[in-house]
Amino acid sequence: MVAVRETTERVADLAGEKYKYGFVTDIEMVRAERGLNENTVRFISAKKGEPEWMLEWRLEAFQRWKEMTEPKWARVHYPPIDYQNAYYYAAPKSQSDAPKSLDEVDPKLLETYQKLGIPLSEQKLLAGVAVDAVFDSVSVATTFKAKLTEAGVIFCPISEAIRAYPDLVRKYLGTVVPVTDNFFATLNSAVFSDGTFVYVPKGVRCPMELSTYFRINASETGQFERTLIIADEGSYVSYLEGCTAPKRDENQLHAAVVELVALEKAEIKYSTVQNWYPGDAEGKGGIYNFVTKRGDCRGKGSKISWTQVETGSAITWKYPSCILRGDDTVGEFYSIAITNNFQQADTGTKMIHLGRNTRSRIVSKGISAGRAQNTYRGLVSVHPRAENARNHTQCDSLLIGSHCGAHTVPYIESRNQTAKLEHEATTSKISDDQLFYCLTRGIPQEEAVALIVNGFCRDVLQQLPMEFAVEAQKLVGISLEGSVG
Amino acid sequence: MTEWMLEIDNLHVAVDGKEILKGITLSIPTGEVHAVMGPNGSGKSTLSYTLAGREGYEITRGRILYQGEDLTKLAPEERATRGVFLALQYPVEIPGVATLTFLKTALNAQRRARRETELDAMRVLKLIREKAKALNIGEEMLKRPLNAGFSGGEKKRLEILQMAIFEPKLAILDETDSGLDIDALKLVAEGVNALRAPTRAMLVITHYQRLLTHIVPNRVHVLTKGRIVKSGGSDLALELEASGYENVEAA
Repeated sequence: MVAVRETTERVADLAGEKYKYGFVTDIEMVRAERGLNENTVRFISAKKGEPEWMLEWRLEAFQRWKEMTEPKWARVHYPPIDYQNAYYYAAPKSQSDAPKSLDEVDPKLLETYQKLGIPLSEQKLLAGVAVDAVFDSVSVATTFKAKLTEAGVIFCPISEAIRAYPDLVRKYLGTVVPVTDNFFATLNSAVFSDGTFVYVPKGVRCPMELSTYFRINASETGQFERTLIIADEGSYVSYLEGCTAPKRDENQLHAAVVELVALEKAEIKYSTVQNWYPGDAEGKGGIYNFVTKRGDCRGKGSKISWTQVETGSAITWKYPSCILRGDDTVGEFYSIAITNNFQQADTGTKMIHLGRNTRSRIVSKGISAGRAQNTYRGLVSVHPRAENARNHTQCDSLLIGSHCGAHTVPYIESRNQTAKLEHEATTSKISDDQLFYCLTRGIPQEEAVALIVNGFCRDVLQQLPMEFAVEAQKLVGISLEGSVG
Repeated sequence: MTEWMLEIDNLHVAVDGKEILKGITLSIPTGEVHAVMGPNGSGKSTLSYTLAGREGYEITRGRILYQGEDLTKLAPEERATRGVFLALQYPVEIPGVATLTFLKTALNAQRRARRETELDAMRVLKLIREKAKALNIGEEMLKRPLNAGFSGGEKKRLEILQMAIFEPKLAILDETDSGLDIDALKLVAEGVNALRAPTRAMLVITHYQRLLTHIVPNRVHVLTKGRIVKSGGSDLALELEASGYENVEAA
C-alpha cells in the first residue's frame, strides 16, 4: 500500500496546479443584471431578437420554475445556490456587430481558442470538422456551413434557428425534455442563452462530424446551453461536444439541456468530452454541472448512442438517457467519469423500453481518486408493451488511494416477462504490483497510472470517433496529472 | 583488473521491520552470468526486489554498487532507464492495455529519460517484430492486453522479449523457470543465452538446477536464510541437486 499512498500524495501535490486551461480572457461583456426575475427572461429574449412565441415559452417556464425545488436525491453535497446572486446572460461585446467570418472575430477570442487548441484553424477545416464554437453565451463562428447546406443539413446556433426555422424548432423543442421535466431543465427553458441546432433531412448521411466547443468564461455567469438535434427518417449524424473552462474561485452554475430526436431508421451518435474546472485541491471553486440530456428513438428501427468522458466540474449531475419508443430501436450509453480531490459525480443513464424488440447497452467506467465520490445511477425500465426487450449493463469502478468512494445505484423495473436484463459490476484498485511492474520497465508512476486507467476505459474510448479518442486519451492523462499522476 | 557490473556488500534488508537478508556479499563482473540458488523463503525474491528498488524493502545495512555507483539512490524507473532489468517471477496483468502499447510506452519512456529521441509506432513495431520472432511470439499475442490470459510460458517469453528490446546492462531473472514445461524452458533459455554479451551481466535466481543446465552460469551462489552460504563454479548446481539445500547449510 506504500506505493498507493505515495501516488495519493503526489496527486495531492499536483492537483490544482495542473488545470492547463485555467486562464481568463479579458473581453468586455454585455451582461444582464444580476439575479433572476421576469425582466431577466425578457432581457435575454430581446437580446436574441426572439419572436413572441419563444418569449412566452420562456416566461411560462419561469413561472413554473418559481414553484419548483432543487432535487436532493443525488449523492452530491454543495452549499445552497443563491439564484438571485448570479448573472444569467453574458455575451462577448464584439458579438454586437456579428462577425461574418473568422477575420472579423475578436483576436482575443481567437487567442483563447488557440490556447485551448480549439480547431477553428485551417488544419481543422482540412480535417473536415465544422465548428460551432460557443464562447460564453453567443456562438461566434460557424464554419463549413456551405458544405452542410449543400447536403441540406442545418447546423447553427439555436438562437438563429428560432428566427430562421421556427416551424422545426416549435415542432420539436421541449418534446423530449418537457419544460417542467426537472428543476434545472425548467430553469434552462426560461433563461437558455444559446446552443446548437441540428437538422438532418431524410436519408442524408451528414458528410462530417459536427463539433461544438463549449466554454464558460464570464465570472459568476450561469451557463445555460440548449441543444436540439433532429435526425429525420433514415439519416445519420455524429455530434461531438467538448468543453473546457478557465480557472475560477467561485462556483459556476451550469444547467444545459440536450434533446435528440431520431425518426424512423435514423441514427444519432452523441459524444462528449467534458473538462470543466473541477475546483482546486481543497475543493474550492469549480463548475456545478447539472445537465439534462435525453434522446427519443421516436421512429421504428432508430438508434441513439451516447458516449461521454467526464473529467471536469466540481459537481456532475448528469444522466444522458434514451427513450426507446419505436419498435426495434437501440439505445447505448458509454461513459467514463473521472473524479479527483473533492470532485463529486452522480452520473448514469436511463433506458426506457417502450417499443417491442428494443435493445439497450450500458457500459460505465468510474474512476475515483483523492477524496472524490463517484456514483453510477442508472435506470433500466421495461414497459408492459415492450416485448423482447434486452439490456446489458456493465458498471466498473476503479479506486486510486483509500480516501475516495465509488457507488453503484442501478434501478431495474421490468413489467414484461419476456425481457432479458443483465447487470454486471466490478470494483477494483490499481495494485502496487501493477505500478511496480511499470516502474521496473522505466515507466514513471504518473505515466503508469495514466496507462492503466486508459486500459480500464478502453471499451468506452473505442466508441469515440477516432480524432476525439486521441484527445480523450490525452485528457485522461492530463486529468490524471491533476487528478491521479 | 576486473570490471564489476554489480557489487553487493554486506546487504541487510528488512520488510515490515523483519530482517530477511542478513548480510549478503556478492559481486558480478561485467560479461558474467551468476546464479543464486536457494529454497523457498531463503530471500531470493527479496534480493531481486531490493535490486529493482521496490518500496517497502528497507536496506538497514550494507551497500549496492552498480557500475561503481550507489544503486540505492536511484528510483526504480531510473534504474530501468540506466540499464537494470528485472524479469519478474509473476508478471502482472494490465487489462485493456495492448502488449504492444505497453512495450512502446516503456521503450519510449526509457529513451526519453536518456534524452534519446522517441521512436514512432512503425519503428517500434519493426524492432519488436524482429526480436519477437526468435521467441515465437506472434502478432496476435502482441495485440492482446498485457499478460491477460497469457499462459505461464507466454508470460515468461514476454519478459525475455522485454529484455531483448530494452538491452539492459544488468539483467536479473527471478525464477524465470517457474511454471514452465521443458519446451518452454528451452525456448526461454535460448532467448537468455542469445543475450549473453561481454558488456552485460546477469543474475539468474532459481530454486531448481534444471534451468542452469540450459543457462550455464560462471558462478553459483547458494542462498539460505538470508545469507550466501556457499559459492562455486557451475557444477555446484549439480552438487546441490544431488545433496539438497540442507546439507549445504550444514556445511
